[in-house]
Amino acid sequence: MNRKILGFVLIGVALLILPHVLTQVGTAWVRIANLAILFIFLSLGLNIVVGMAGLLDLGYVAFYAVGAYLWALLASPHFGLHLPFWIILPLGALLACIAGAVLGAPCLRLRGDYLAIVTLGFGEIVRIFMNNLSTPFNITNGPKGITGIDDVSIGSISFATTDSFFGIPFTGPVKYYYMLLALLLLIIIVNLRLQNSRIGRAWVAIREDEIAAKAAGINTWNVKLLAFAMGASFGGIAGGMFAAMQGFISPESFVLHESIIIVAMVVLGGMGNVWGVIAGALLLSFVPEILRYTVEPVQMALFGRQLVEPEVLRMLLFGAALVLTMRFRPAGIWPESRHRREMSEARGAGA
Amino acid sequence: MDIFLQQIINGLTTGSVYAIVALGYTMVYGVIQLINFAHGDVVMVGAMVAFTVIMGVVGMGLPLPPFMIVLAGVLAAIPACMAVGFLLERAAYRPLRHAPRLAPLITAIGMSIILQQVALLIWGRDPRAFPQIMDNPSFAIGGAAISAVQIAIILLSVALMAGLTWFVYRTKFGIAMRATAENVNIAGLMGIDANRVIAGTFIIAAALGAVAGVMYGTYYGIAHYTMGFILGLKAFSAAVLGGIGNLAGAMLGGLLLGLVEALGAGYIGEFTDLCRWPVVSAMLAERCAADGHVVLFGSNYQDVFAFAVLILVLVFRPSGLLGERVSERA
Repeated sequence: MNRKILGFVLIGVALLILPHVLTQVGTAWVRIANLAILFIFLSLGLNIVVGMAGLLDLGYVAFYAVGAYLWALLASPHFGLHLPFWIILPLGALLACIAGAVLGAPCLRLRGDYLAIVTLGFGEIVRIFMNNLSTPFNITNGPKGITGIDDVSIGSISFATTDSFFGIPFTGPVKYYYMLLALLLLIIIVNLRLQNSRIGRAWVAIREDEIAAKAAGINTWNVKLLAFAMGASFGGIAGGMFAAMQGFISPESFVLHESIIIVAMVVLGGMGNVWGVIAGALLLSFVPEILRYTVEPVQMALFGRQLVEPEVLRMLLFGAALVLTMRFRPAGIWPESRHRREMSEARGAGA
Repeated sequence: MDIFLQQIINGLTTGSVYAIVALGYTMVYGVIQLINFAHGDVVMVGAMVAFTVIMGVVGMGLPLPPFMIVLAGVLAAIPACMAVGFLLERAAYRPLRHAPRLAPLITAIGMSIILQQVALLIWGRDPRAFPQIMDNPSFAIGGAAISAVQIAIILLSVALMAGLTWFVYRTKFGIAMRATAENVNIAGLMGIDANRVIAGTFIIAAALGAVAGVMYGTYYGIAHYTMGFILGLKAFSAAVLGGIGNLAGAMLGGLLLGLVEALGAGYIGEFTDLCRWPVVSAMLAERCAADGHVVLFGSNYQDVFAFAVLILVLVFRPSGLLGERVSERA
């Protein structure tokens, strides 16, 4: 037990020092770490829908977009509004939650594979609206996107500038890192608590056998809708943070590929297991970045020219992750303990 | 020019293409209840291969009639797509046939991404313009125009649909397909090799997809590595609209969806022109006087119609227009 606590403390200290180490390597890596944390948010949100409740949502990025656009519209020169983050962030979560419920309500009576297609279509509709809602009234500024989005500021500390605390410089990205880390801790705790709660168990029951779940007295429609809405609200929060961090958003950031990347993270990591999903998100966030920096020089050295762009390799990696995980390790690299328990129990009964 | 009639003609043309692609979805779904997500990308491969062959033949400068060149493109695309369809089934879907439903679906998404990226590697990131080698005369009918390509697409898809119907209802393989769709295990007891039938279904679907890809490419004059995604999504909507698993349904759904889309795109601008609405136009009097129109949703919202149709059908009649099965989770 003491070992476990020691482990957590060590990981905690490492995470606290990490941005300052990364700054030495290059500020770009701090941003990459921040994006990785955002992807963990998104994966954990989608994990509620796909991993726990077993509903394949391929339009998840739409909720991310809702959060991002809400932040961009309420805190940028576009409408001249500059609301503080502690108003926008909950509002974004709420709006995404409502969007999830509105989309989920008609679709959740359908069989799983239909749901996948409908959510895919919904994601596409949201993208079309983002692209075209610039005329006749300019709401989203169309494909050009929204620029000059406000940074987060807490009291007198703005996240746009570099400050020194105790003689250590804290750049903008480093401050975001700490804020995201704090949010992440909160979200992980919420997820862990959910996993073993009454609702979490109901979700897993639905995933395993919907009819049996119904027979056990679970109101499946309500519980599925809750999964959908909760997952969506996580996406909304991540979207808001993304908009603030980047300072610029356009519909291009919210395409289908992004949804599939998040699905790949959840599937690879282990559907339903919080730690597995985190591992999957980290793996699929950092490996492509490492590839980005190594693929070009390696190809230049081997062939004298670039044959495969890193971006293509990145998408191929996600595609392969989906296909190979399903083929060889359907429960993911770090399966949910319940799955594992079931497996070992089955083996024990057989022996 | 008669806009209504013109949009009907355009709608029938795109609808025919949707119908042929939708047949691919519906056949596979009928036999193994799998949404073959990668089918749209198989169609894309067909268009790309045909494009390459047509460009190659044109480049050689042979004195062939244009019709023969396009035919060569189609004849090259069909076996290429058949091979892709066969490999998809063999490598990705067959090992998962008894896995939980989510597994093959996720695999299908992965295969779709892989096909797209491989196509990107082979054919590049930029859209490829189909060479305009055939002259494309237009004929006037009742105040609207129909081009030779449009006529060819409509006639060809009618022929394909008739051929497929004959194949499924009159040949031995077709009977085996229907038996497998009814019940795989009992079909096996009757001496039907389910693996062969399923592989065959994928191959036929892919061949139809190849033709659809060439039709789409010649009609819009363009091929792109992402074209399969939206086309596939629309064709799937068409299959659901008609009742998935039902051949006649896919044909009807495709044509209807084409019409809805064309008429919708043709008229939505007029209906959502705020200056035509009594109360709103008063509020916008200044802008209406200046521009004449304040269009809320223009024809750039065309793609929304297919999804709207999909969602409406799934909510109000999940079994589709001609389908019998109820699509509650089984």
